Amino acid sequence: MKLKEIAHARTGDKGDISNISLIPYKEEDYELLLHQVTADRVKEYFSEICHGEVARYELPGIKAMNFVLDHALGGGVTRSLALDRHGKTLGMALLEMEIADLDGF
Amino acid sequence: MKTVRIGSGAGYAGDRIEPAVELMEKGALDYIIFECLAERTISIGQMDKAKDESRGYNRLLDYRMRRILPLVKKNGVKVITNMGAANPESAARRTAELARELGVTGLKIAYVCGDDIYGQLGQYGDHPVLESGRPLKELKAAPLSANAYMGADGILEALKGQADLVITGRVSDPALTIAPLQYEFGWNIEENPEEMGQAVLAGHLLECAGQVTGGYYADPGFKEVPDLYKLGFPLVEVGEDGVFTVTKVEGSGGVVNVDTVKEQIIYEIHNPKAYLTPDAVADFSQVRVEQAGKDRVLVQGALSHGRPDTLKVSVGYRDCYIGTGEMSYGGSNALARARLAAEVIEKRLELIQAPVEELRIDFIGYNSLYRSRLSDEIVNSGRTYVYGGEKEIPEAGIPEVRLRVSGRFAHRENAGLIGNEVEALYTNGPAGGGGASGRVEEIVSICSIFVPRESIKATVAYLEVQGGAGDEA
Repeated sequence: MKLKEIAHARTGDKGDISNISLIPYKEEDYELLLHQVTADRVKEYFSEICHGEVARYELPGIKAMNFVLDHALGGGVTRSLALDRHGKTLGMALLEMEIADLDGF
Repeated sequence: MKTVRIGSGAGYAGDRIEPAVELMEKGALDYIIFECLAERTISIGQMDKAKDESRGYNRLLDYRMRRILPLVKKNGVKVITNMGAANPESAARRTAELARELGVTGLKIAYVCGDDIYGQLGQYGDHPVLESGRPLKELKAAPLSANAYMGADGILEALKGQADLVITGRVSDPALTIAPLQYEFGWNIEENPEEMGQAVLAGHLLECAGQVTGGYYADPGFKEVPDLYKLGFPLVEVGEDGVFTVTKVEGSGGVVNVDTVKEQIIYEIHNPKAYLTPDAVADFSQVRVEQAGKDRVLVQGALSHGRPDTLKVSVGYRDCYIGTGEMSYGGSNALARARLAAEVIEKRLELIQAPVEELRIDFIGYNSLYRSRLSDEIVNSGRTYVYGGEKEIPEAGIPEVRLRVSGRFAHRENAGLIGNEVEALYTNGPAGGGGASGRVEEIVSICSIFVPRESIKATVAYLEVQGGAGDEA
């Protein structure tokens, strides 16, 4: 299944850095996301867009995580040649990622 | 227990005014903040100011003040805003003029300066630029502006001075909210690390206005937002222990639930354990949220760990020019014709030796050419004929493709070459192109340096609007 079915996301920007939150609708799915949606996997997923490191931060209090993608905005919001200079649509792309469902986990 | 009610009237420079008016009328607010400065807004303001000394503040100041000034006195709501941008003093003078014009008297307007360190920039030539790691003096163009992110100090002083409106230049976004909380509850970073963490978080949740009440959230079938068209803006009710509730006024559109709040907690932060603001290094990692009623979310658990010794300074500079051109292709083989057009453009730019520093090609499209019925028929057929060479897409169902070519140049006249070459595709390119467009933008970029916090001093001045009389500094 796709992440879209169990989680939502919002994307923000600072300079050439994009941050994408990943939040399960049901808090019990947090562990599954922690196991499957690693920083390495997100880096690989966005390899055509993000040309730097990807860090994952956890917010256990609200059962959510934050991916920080360095060099992901075409040189930065002010100077990017992209249509979506802020990379605001990247979160919706993350939600297209395929993950193993609960049975396969 | 004492509770302070702070609303948010704007989340960016051009935000809607109606939800702010609604909040001031129905929110029983003590304060309302208007956050109107994006990263490079001040640089653009400096360019306005260079043309006219009395400008450089938020371009919607008149529009906003005409609507909100009458409510400041009528409903006893204090206003805190960074609409001063590159020129807080002129913004305050203009606001005083408008107040007199509207007959709003007995008003004390404070303006906070000190963020503009353009004149002192010479002494920071050796400071490394955050984005490049190189010294500031090696920047490719002369700086246009330099503004420090100040904390809550200046606003706090203005509130102690009994200001009804506080107009600032560059301050950190959360400072607009932290200052009234410090004023009301007497918090400081040494004695109240938990409360200051909560204050940063309250400010963080308010600073994008509608983004915590259902704006930027709706996704039909997945995340529903009632009456998004009349989206209400948020207010926080903050207790003296720092615990607060995010809500909105009855009857407004939108939704406040744990998910809208979670999305906004993480919005534009990096490490949740160290969210750097001038007033506190906030820690959101242990934050908890709880639905406490319809459109009411209780937020607690933010911490802080001291405050930084340095302040960030945004330096604006003329970076480059971006030239863009677009042309649409429709029906079967549209992608192949758009790709051929792109290849032609790239080769022609080489041929004429256009000094392009970076080039980007995009292919965009759904129903701009054939409207919905025909476009859907093509999409649903799951099949258009696409000749893609090595990148063949056998069953695409692509109704249209809009070629977008975008290039970076050092000089304006060269940037226009992209639009010219794209337009020339009409008579010199593949079959069936339409809707050519082209434009050139001047790009002002921002870089950052850090300076010792002691070197930045907020200064506060006041204007008073008295009954019938002029304003007095």
